[in-house]
Amino acid sequence: MPATFTRSVVDTERERKDPGFGGRPPVDRRPTGGGGGDENWDHHRNGRGPRALLTRYRMGIFSALAGDLMFFMALVTAFFFRQSSGHFDGRGAYMLDWHPLAIPPILYLNTAILILSSVTMEMARRQLFHEVDVMEEWLGMGRPAARRAAPWLGATVALGVAFLVGQWMAWKDLASQGFFFASNPSSHFFYLITGAHGAHLVLGVLALVAALAALSLLHRLELRQIFVDCTAWYWHSMGIFWVFLFGLLVFFQ
Amino acid sequence: MNDLRAGGPARPTLLKRIFTTDDRTLGIRYLLLSLVAVFVGTLLSLAMRVQLASPGIRWPLHGPMLPEEYLSLVTMHGTLMVFFVLTTAPQSGFANLVLPQQIGARRMALPWLNALGFWIVALALLVLLSAFLLPAGGPIAGWTSYPPYSAVASAGPGQGGGMDCWLVSIGLFCLGSWFSAVNVLVTVLTERARGMTLGRMPLTVWSWFVSAILILLAFTVLFAALVLLFCDRHLGTAFFVPQGDWISGQVVGHGDGSPLLWLHLFWFFGHPEVYIAILPGMGLVSSLIANFSRRPVVGYRMMAAATVLIGLLGFVVWGHHMFVSGMNPYAGTAFGLTTMAIAVPSTAEVLSWIGTLWGGGLRRATPMLFALGFLSLFIAGGVTGPILALPALDQYLHNTFFVVAHFHLIMAMAGAFSIFAGIYYWFPLMTGRLMSERLGRWHFWLSLIAAYVTFFPMHLEGLAGRPRHYAQVTGSTSSLASLLPMERGVTWAALVLGAAQLLFLFNLVWSARRGRAAGDNPWQATTLEWQPVHAPVTVGRGPYEYHSGSSEEDFTPQWDAASQQE
Repeated sequence: MPATFTRSVVDTERERKDPGFGGRPPVDRRPTGGGGGDENWDHHRNGRGPRALLTRYRMGIFSALAGDLMFFMALVTAFFFRQSSGHFDGRGAYMLDWHPLAIPPILYLNTAILILSSVTMEMARRQLFHEVDVMEEWLGMGRPAARRAAPWLGATVALGVAFLVGQWMAWKDLASQGFFFASNPSSHFFYLITGAHGAHLVLGVLALVAALAALSLLHRLELRQIFVDCTAWYWHSMGIFWVFLFGLLVFFQ
Repeated sequence: MNDLRAGGPARPTLLKRIFTTDDRTLGIRYLLLSLVAVFVGTLLSLAMRVQLASPGIRWPLHGPMLPEEYLSLVTMHGTLMVFFVLTTAPQSGFANLVLPQQIGARRMALPWLNALGFWIVALALLVLLSAFLLPAGGPIAGWTSYPPYSAVASAGPGQGGGMDCWLVSIGLFCLGSWFSAVNVLVTVLTERARGMTLGRMPLTVWSWFVSAILILLAFTVLFAALVLLFCDRHLGTAFFVPQGDWISGQVVGHGDGSPLLWLHLFWFFGHPEVYIAILPGMGLVSSLIANFSRRPVVGYRMMAAATVLIGLLGFVVWGHHMFVSGMNPYAGTAFGLTTMAIAVPSTAEVLSWIGTLWGGGLRRATPMLFALGFLSLFIAGGVTGPILALPALDQYLHNTFFVVAHFHLIMAMAGAFSIFAGIYYWFPLMTGRLMSERLGRWHFWLSLIAAYVTFFPMHLEGLAGRPRHYAQVTGSTSSLASLLPMERGVTWAALVLGAAQLLFLFNLVWSARRGRAAGDNPWQATTLEWQPVHAPVTVGRGPYEYHSGSSEEDFTPQWDAASQQE
């Protein structure tokens, strides 16, 4: 009977307590070429190096975002497709029902806020990889990295919420002018694109709040790093997606 | 780690056992989920066949079947089979069962995401099946849910709540398979054992890897299309419903929506979906043919490259589903060409399988029989592919039973045969026992013959002009009434095909309890899932080192440490 067969459920939780990389500090130290042994943890081909977990989760978030990109690509394709689809009227002229939408000016401010929030996010992320602080945290001498990252994370949450409020105001603005979701194809897409992106940002803000909590709640340093790091890449991607979607809404009406 | 598994840790709590993240348990659960779906889906198809053979038959407790009820059966049959059987069983079921072990990993890279994916898919199945409980019944727009049919609630009895169930279910399915795909992708990239280079991965792993990429990039597009359709149904938008569209005595189109947009989005997902369903089967069959003819896979590198190429080309052929849709004819020509191009790597795979079989010592165990059945059905269904890829021929054949025959042979039957092969082959990993060979052989021969007798005549019906989705070929004005005897024959064959699966069900249950103990490595296979003791390995050799013709030990498994090159 192969050893793989067992009727008892495997306690994967217990297995996972061992991170599998032999108690090395999770810092991004390049091999120096001398004096430090030749284990070459970070660059081992199938490395169980201290950053193996980080690599794994990063790869996860990036591949998930690749799928997400396709989601937005599909919306953009539909945008152009719908823009050019019309009907022939009684005299055989091709009529389009797309009326370009004037973008609420607050969106420019929102875009600036979102770009700024990406900067604060990156500051927070880098604190978690600042080598001196990381070594201190790893040795159990307080949590300087977390302490320094927290305000930046807080600022990102504030900016993220400000962006969402700004988007909400843009919606109110359009609604007060009589442009609702169902009014015109251009407004379908305006609400749909800002809405889908906004839903992503709501998730992002929740992840940020969770990351703030994780800074004090998670016991393992590398998990704190992973939490902030993955949230940061997600946040940056949403920022980049927004810049392109905003460009689409402004220039391609 | 092996100690943990064998010695047994403290028994986990009930909650932990239900929401386990253990990949093998999840694999078995996915397979059971598919079993439920395939059971319901098969019953639906048999009901359709009986209706076609004897139109107007009175069903117990129901009376005659209305055309819209027939359409609802078509829709639910297609949705269940495509999503919850052909996508779920090979890609999620088998991958969870053996992928980590085949690459020498301790576990999946993101086990909790994997488990989350399973629960979402299970929820999706429940939502879909709940459409049957609605008073108006299930949706009737087909598994492709073309608008405006699918966008307007008044278009038919099941197009209200039933269609919403469909939308929610498939939306959930998109999410669930997206999560699982991320997990598979990261697992293959980061969790391989030392020495398990990409060029030493079994072809099954290659195909799961490519399928995961396809899922990642295709299902999210479907999700976007579902969101748009949802908006059309409930939020008053006009994405898919054309101006002045007139349904059930009412004008429903109030904008210049275009059904063609749905076709593009849907088939951009739909065609890669076909490869998501069949690639794992192709990888498995490569392994099985090598194993049971005791020869290495001919052209391993070419096979891996062909798998990747089929995946890539799968993204640029979606237009061949839309030749008659009013798309630009030049686009049709281009899509016809790319479709022809995809026949090249597919043929390369077929030639490699035949080349591996050639002169090998053929062991006719049940998994091998099903692999050979797959090969036969794959060729038989495949040759009609290039016919349908020609826009000129497709003008006539589009939406006829010729298409039904084509995809039932190459996707449904070949897919099902590869799933059967996998279950017969990996059953020892699930239960420690072998399935009954005698029952397996009966199951195989009955299924193979019945599958051909069921689906081959459909080509002829299609050539005679028999359209899909018609609830009967007879009627006062039908010119197809002469096909009725053939319909009857097909129905009898389908009933035999369905009955043959009872043998399989019985074999499953019986062998799980009474089957012969499998022992270590019952198929004398080389890949790592058969490693007798699960210890960390350093892999030093390729996945198919069989040496036919030599003595007793005619294979060198991947975990064999002796004379490693590293």
